Order: sequence, then structure tokens, then C-alpha cells
Amino acid sequence: MIRLSRNVRDGLTDFWLAGPATLAMIVFIFVPVLVVAVLSFTDYQFGARDFVWIGLGNYSKLFGSALGQKAITNTLLYVALVIPASVGLGLFVAIGLHRMLDWAPRLSHLLRTVYFLPVAATLVAMSVAWQMVLHPSLGVVNQFLTLLGGEPKSWLSDRGLVLYTLAVIGVWQTVGYNMILFLAGLTSIPPELYDAADVDGAGGGWSRFWTVTWPLLGPTTLFVLVVTATNAFRVFETVATLTKGGPAFASDTLVYALYREGFVYFKAGYSSAITMVFFAFLLVLTIAQFRIVERRVHYK
Amino acid sequence: MTSETVLELRGVSRCFGANTVLDHVDISVKAGSFTALLGASGCGKSTTLRIMAGLEQPSAGQVLLNGENVSDKTAHERNVAMVFQSYALYPHLTVAQNMALPLAMRHLSVFGRLPGVGRLSPGSGGVRKMIHEKVGHAAEILGLEPYLDRKPGTLSGGQKQRVALGRALVRDPVLFLLDEPLSNLDARLRIRMRAELSALHKETGRPFVYVTHDQAEAMAMADQVVVMIGGQVAQAGSPRSLYEKPASKEVAAFIGTNAINLFRPEDGVMGLHPAADRHVIGLRPEHVSPAEDGTLEAWLETAEFLGSEILLGLRTTTGKFVRAIAADDYCTPPPGSLIRLGFTPDRLHAFSGESGLRVELGA
Repeated sequence: MIRLSRNVRDGLTDFWLAGPATLAMIVFIFVPVLVVAVLSFTDYQFGARDFVWIGLGNYSKLFGSALGQKAITNTLLYVALVIPASVGLGLFVAIGLHRMLDWAPRLSHLLRTVYFLPVAATLVAMSVAWQMVLHPSLGVVNQFLTLLGGEPKSWLSDRGLVLYTLAVIGVWQTVGYNMILFLAGLTSIPPELYDAADVDGAGGGWSRFWTVTWPLLGPTTLFVLVVTATNAFRVFETVATLTKGGPAFASDTLVYALYREGFVYFKAGYSSAITMVFFAFLLVLTIAQFRIVERRVHYK
Repeated sequence: MTSETVLELRGVSRCFGANTVLDHVDISVKAGSFTALLGASGCGKSTTLRIMAGLEQPSAGQVLLNGENVSDKTAHERNVAMVFQSYALYPHLTVAQNMALPLAMRHLSVFGRLPGVGRLSPGSGGVRKMIHEKVGHAAEILGLEPYLDRKPGTLSGGQKQRVALGRALVRDPVLFLLDEPLSNLDARLRIRMRAELSALHKETGRPFVYVTHDQAEAMAMADQVVVMIGGQVAQAGSPRSLYEKPASKEVAAFIGTNAINLFRPEDGVMGLHPAADRHVIGLRPEHVSPAEDGTLEAWLETAEFLGSEILLGLRTTTGKFVRAIAADDYCTPPPGSLIRLGFTPDRLHAFSGESGLRVELGA
């Protein structure tokens, strides 16, 4: 039997360790993405026997039609609402609960679970609950509003309101997750740094936050931003269960449009183009976030 | 050097729940002095330092700074500087920014501290120049000039320690507090930093309070050593007085490179002192050595050659373990040999059997 050199043996070990996962990645992700990219330049329909190359036709339809533009702007607005609100609230709640650990640890733990419940719950099931809460005449929200002397509103069927309503539900669903991540980040800040800040005159609430907490949460914040952004871009369940993109496409989003075009109307070519646009948005956003934030969070 | 008291703790106690960490601690720190708080871990020395700094509040008692009660003042208002065991540098700031932070917090407005736009803040130009000069000066003293633009993550332990010292130096505080600053450094560097700290102390002329569990460090640098045991001050005094007249058995056991030999009456060791049947007799290894006409007899068990001397481990005929030190040219007999030991009678300490406190033996 041939004794392989140490380098070759090490190389083989690396290959065995990384190989299967890489192969799965190629077969199940890269190849399908490639197929989708190719399909996006055709007029292929599911079940059809052939297709015609139509170049950028699908893309010009998406960017050129009022409907396509609506889906894109809706998604961007939704993302622009959910990211700052969810990250900001997550941090706010995490700092509050972290401080509460000092004087009411049990309550802090209880509240942490409460905030995390929406994350653990199935959003489709939760949507039914939201439907009840937001019901125009029976819903708790409107009853409360009338009690305060306000006008009841159609949260899910008012064209001007529906996207904001969905954004609020989106925030409600992700705040708990962000809070858990920020809590972990807060626990890992060495307490001596706060002592040092005290001695150096940065002991007041805001200076403490800007001198120690915020900079040291940098890596956590980057991760939270990326995760929240990806999730916000993928908004689908609430749209599908609560509004179906309506009324009059006022809450149509990229992923919902892609589902409708591809799986309701079977326009594989068009929905592939939407997928590619969705993919490009996500890629640009993630790269931008890493570029901007990474320079500020790695202290080595 | 004046003997004016800068900092005084009066009857300071600190409890965490039912747990008393500090019990009526009185410490006074004179102007220009170097005080070491010495004790095993958990003896309350770090808590004492944190109370001096204002990071923690005493449950009872007073903290006086230049005669003024500062118990409810923050660390920054007291203008004390503190160096932490873990250095506690801000990882996102450069060395220069780390050192400038206390000055920026003091002299610049919120707007003036902002990076970039802060330069537009009226009147900040002169302050920035002053900060720049002070940081430069401290960096020069500590040899940190080449590293001013580096982040702490890229520095070695010794360099980080210097940055932490620099951050304390720039603000010209009334008092320096150091919490085991050398314990994370390797042995050689620790000895070098010891000398540098002493030099720094002379240069600033400010009082230093230094927490350590290493008696050699405390003895080498301090002019006042406060030995803390179980949340109480066991003894405070010069290194020499602690070594020569330890106030209790515990202090005697803590001070000294080689652990002191303590002979209890029930050990039955004869030939020490007439009072040995009533008191605990303490005798340091360096005062016990092989001698032809010695009054103690013991079997040799171990011998450690240390270069300048030889540390002997012996067992008396009554089974009591004794450490002794022989000169480096001592011809060590094989283990198991019976050796006669002599000692210096005036270096003998006696402690009460019940309280462990020092007993003066009449001549």
C-alpha cells in the first residue's frame, strides 16, 4: 500500500470535510439559480414544450409596467420601514431588559420570553390572530380607537394604510429575534469598560451608550441588520394570508408577485425575472451593509 | 514630601445582601505615598479600591478626599484615575483616542466630541491642541509614540498596560488607583514594569494606591502596605515593619518570600523558646539554617537549589515540617540525614494561641 505524503493526506481530509457540503450547495443552489437566470430571458410557461428567447422582455415588463413598479416600490418601502423600526426597537428592548436583570431578573426573563413568542410562532397562524385584532368592526384595535374617540379604520383594506399595517406586523414579528441577539451582545461587553467609562467621565446614560455600548455592539448590529433586511425583503406570509397583495395591488410585494406570476399564472419566465431582481436587491443590500459597517466593527 | 492625608477611608463597610465584604476599614493615604493593598483573592481589596474610586458606594462609613466627604461623588468628579487588571481599553478607538477620551469628556462639548464635524465647534481648536499635546507627552513618557494610531487589539499585553497607564496619566488626577495592573503580564515584564511604575510614581508625585495579591510586588514598590484579611485591615505599615513585627500569625504567613514556620505548642518542638508551650512561635526560613551547635534536630526531606541559596525541607523528631535556608555553598547531605539547625533568637515571633495576635516576649 502506498503511503501518501502528509500534504496529500491533509488535502484529502479537507476535501472529505468540505466536499459534500460544497457539492450540495452547487447542485441545490447554484445550478437552480443559473437555470432561473436563463429562464428569465425567455417566455417559458410551466408545462410548455418550448420557449422563445425574448431578451430583456421580462425585465422591461417588470420595471416598465405600473404593476411591476408597484411591487418594487412597495417592497422597498416595507423594508425601509421594518429595518430601522425592528433593529431600533430590538436594541431598545434589549437594553431595557438587560438593565432589568439587575433589579427584577424574573420579570426580565418573563418579558424576554414574551417578546420572543412571535418569533417562535408560525406567522401564518399568527396572521389569523392579526386578522381578528384588526377586523374593521369587531377588532380590538378599532374598538379601542372608538373608545378614545377616534375614527375606526380599515387597517387591511385601506390602500393608503395596508402597507404600514403589514410593516407593523413585520416589526412585531422580528423585534423579539433582534432583541435576543442584542441581549447576547450586551452580555458579552466586559463590565470593566463601563467602569473605565465612569472613571473617564463618560458615565452618564448617553455617553455610556456612545462610548461603550454602541461601539461594542457593532458586530451584533451588523448581523442583526443583515438578518432583518433579508427577512424584510422576503415578506410573504402576511401578504398571502391577510391581503393577497390587495386592495388593488396596494400591498403587492416582490415575493408575492413572484408567487402569483409563477405559481398562479404559471409564467415561469416572468417570475424568474422577478426572482433575479429580488436576488440582486438582496445582494446589493448585503454587500453594502458589510462594506459600510464592517469597517467600523472589526477592531483588530 | 508632606505628610498631608489625601484620601481617607473612615469605618467603611460594604455588604452585598447578608454578605459582609468589608468590615470597618480605616485606611489613610498620604500625599506622594505609594500604598499597596495586599491580600488573598476575596479579601475585599478590590472592593476597597472601587470604593476609593467611587465605582461603588460604601454601606457605611465615609470616604474623605482632601478632607472633603466625597461618598456621593462619581469617579469622574473625584478626578481619580484608575488602571484596571484587564486594561479596559476601548477596542474601537486608537491608542491616541483612548488616552484622549478622559480629556475630551472633560473639556469638549457633546458637539465638539463628534468625529469630523466637531472641529467646527467654536473654541474647540485650542482644546484639541491642548489634548494633542498632553497625549503626546504621556505617550513620550511611556514610549507609546509608534503606536498612537493603532487599535488596542493589535498591541501586546505590556503595551496595552502602558496605554491604560497613559489614559490615567493624561488627566493629572489627584490619586492613581491601580487594580492588579501587572498580574496579566509575564514574570520578566512584570519586574520591569514594577520599576517603571515606581519611576512614574516619583515623576507624578501623586499618591498611588495599588491592589495586589503578590507580597513581593507590594514590598518592592510600596512605602505603606495594607494587609487585608477577610474584609478587615489586618495590619498597615511600612514593608519593614510588616516583615519585622507582623501584627498577627496571618500577616506573618502572608509576608515573606518563603512561608514562615509556625510552631504550635502541640507540635512539641523543643529548644525554641521558653514561651513555646504557651504561644505559637513563628520563625522565617531565612532565619533558620544548619549549624553545628544548633538546638533543633530534624531529618532532611527535600533540598531545592535556588542559586543564591538552598531551600531545605525538614521534619523534626516530633513530625513537624520545617523550612530552612542554607547558603549556596552548603554541602547538602543525602535526604534522611539528621541535621542540627540553628536560628537567630531575636528574629523569633510569638503569637497568642487563641487570637493569633502578636505577643511581645520580654527579654
